[in-house]
Amino acid sequence: MAREVKKVILGIKVGMTQIFDEDGTAIPVSVVEAGPCTVLQKKTADSDGYDAVQVGFYNLKERKANKPTKGHFKKANVKPLRYIREFRVSSADSYEVGQDITADVFTAGDMVDVVGTSKGKGFAGGVKRHNFARGSMGHGSKYHRRPGSLGAKGPARVFKGRKLPGRLGGERVTIQGLKVVKVYPERNLLLIRGSIPGPRRGLVVIKNSVKA
Amino acid sequence: MSQDIIRSIEEEYFKKDMPSFGPGDTLKVHVKVVEGNRERIQVYEGVVMKIRGSGLSRTFTARRVTYGVAVERTFPIHSPRIAKIEVTRRGKVRRARLFYLRGLTGKKARVKEKGRF
Repeated sequence: MAREVKKVILGIKVGMTQIFDEDGTAIPVSVVEAGPCTVLQKKTADSDGYDAVQVGFYNLKERKANKPTKGHFKKANVKPLRYIREFRVSSADSYEVGQDITADVFTAGDMVDVVGTSKGKGFAGGVKRHNFARGSMGHGSKYHRRPGSLGAKGPARVFKGRKLPGRLGGERVTIQGLKVVKVYPERNLLLIRGSIPGPRRGLVVIKNSVKA
Repeated sequence: MSQDIIRSIEEEYFKKDMPSFGPGDTLKVHVKVVEGNRERIQVYEGVVMKIRGSGLSRTFTARRVTYGVAVERTFPIHSPRIAKIEVTRRGKVRRARLFYLRGLTGKKARVKEKGRF
């Protein structure tokens, strides 16, 4: 069963910088433009078999929305939004359709998990993709970044799951246990300590940490 | 646009009263040092060897030689631990990074003063 979230917000990664705390230590932070997200639909156990809220985020031009989604937005009486995501909640009663979720659901010091789509690296070799050790680059060595042995001779085949070169990145990544350093509620900004997945302008989901 | 947001966040940490200085200049850096639970100011004087970074993460490295031991300290320019920076001497140098000072000692390790005009 999907895990229920207590607090959640969708955001756009803006980039990274550093700020100083009160004793002068530099803290690396990721800046996220978080919310305002709009509740589009409530799902309840009676009608849908489970409890969830569906939220939308980021303004979409009227002409870019297609007819089915336009109808869906019209039902909630909101303007078209680019991203729609659904989150399991213990009870959807505390949410209202059309209600905004803003960055102030989080306060400085909260522990959060951040979900994003990592930067695509294309077809990557074993050294980059699986942290294989590489051979010596000099001293007469001709063995540089190759994957090495694929296994023993006996089975006469390569076992499934063998780590090999291939597509890297561009997949869903969750980073757990990050700390919210600062919140700017009036500007919809969150500063989260450390790096978060994805490129700038990529969608990220910020949830309360499951391990906090 | 996204850079504007980052800029606006950094701006509230910027120091407004920083003197402009470059490589080769001699600075007096007033550093706040915490000893136990009291704080005092320590002055570190040295020649600016390099400046790197931009925005809030800009740092400079100052070099000084005391009793034959060279010390290079790197400070974030906008760090709240730095109480004040004074420029005591403007140096005349022809490059941005003065790593060549490391190989020099005595009279050769001096930086010429920039002429006033």
